[in-house]
Amino acid sequence: MQIAIIVAGVFFSIGAVAALYRVITGPSLLDRVIASDVFVATVMCVLGSEMAFNGHTETLPVLLVLAAFGFLGSVSFARFMAKQDET
Amino acid sequence: MTGDGIREIITISLVMVAALMCCAAGIGLFRFPDVLSRLHAATKPQILGLMCACGAVAVNSPRISTFLLFTAIIIFQGLTAPITAHMVARAAYRSNHLRRDLLIRDELETRVERIERGEESSKTPPES
Repeated sequence: MQIAIIVAGVFFSIGAVAALYRVITGPSLLDRVIASDVFVATVMCVLGSEMAFNGHTETLPVLLVLAAFGFLGSVSFARFMAKQDET
Repeated sequence: MTGDGIREIITISLVMVAALMCCAAGIGLFRFPDVLSRLHAATKPQILGLMCACGAVAVNSPRISTFLLFTAIIIFQGLTAPITAHMVARAAYRSNHLRRDLLIRDELETRVERIERGEESSKTPPES
């Protein structure tokens, strides 16, 4: 069990660090949007795994709110991105 | 006793699948060359990773309220993740943030050209 927690934490950390790297050095705005979406998904998976390992269900509303905010942020960025925006 | 052991094994395997999905998405974001291929890698942990994490929690605390909330979360994410990917890909195509030399076939190009030609012809004043 302890080894599984450590291995899962290492995998989650690799995913989160790579997403943060892409947020920082993304060449365009859409790369940053995608990477922040992946980061939110990683945070949701980490919260779910923590609930599964500790056997409680107290952060379930946080999962719902994170899903809603990830959706709203990405869609608003993609919708209002101007056609001539080259950054 | 054996029930707890089986439950622990199921929990560990589901969490491992979720962790592998997140790791694969991060590596895909790190290595892929343009927006559309990064989008392909990025949509993996949003559905499958979240479903595995929710399944792991549901195995550990099997109650009706938990199941209902997980159904809400998974249906919401399954409805909104394709919309997000579609909007981002559309914005990437419109703002030329894709590498066209990596595309095998571009079926949208002829349609966009036709619509732009139609807009140009509609801007000119009608004959009669």
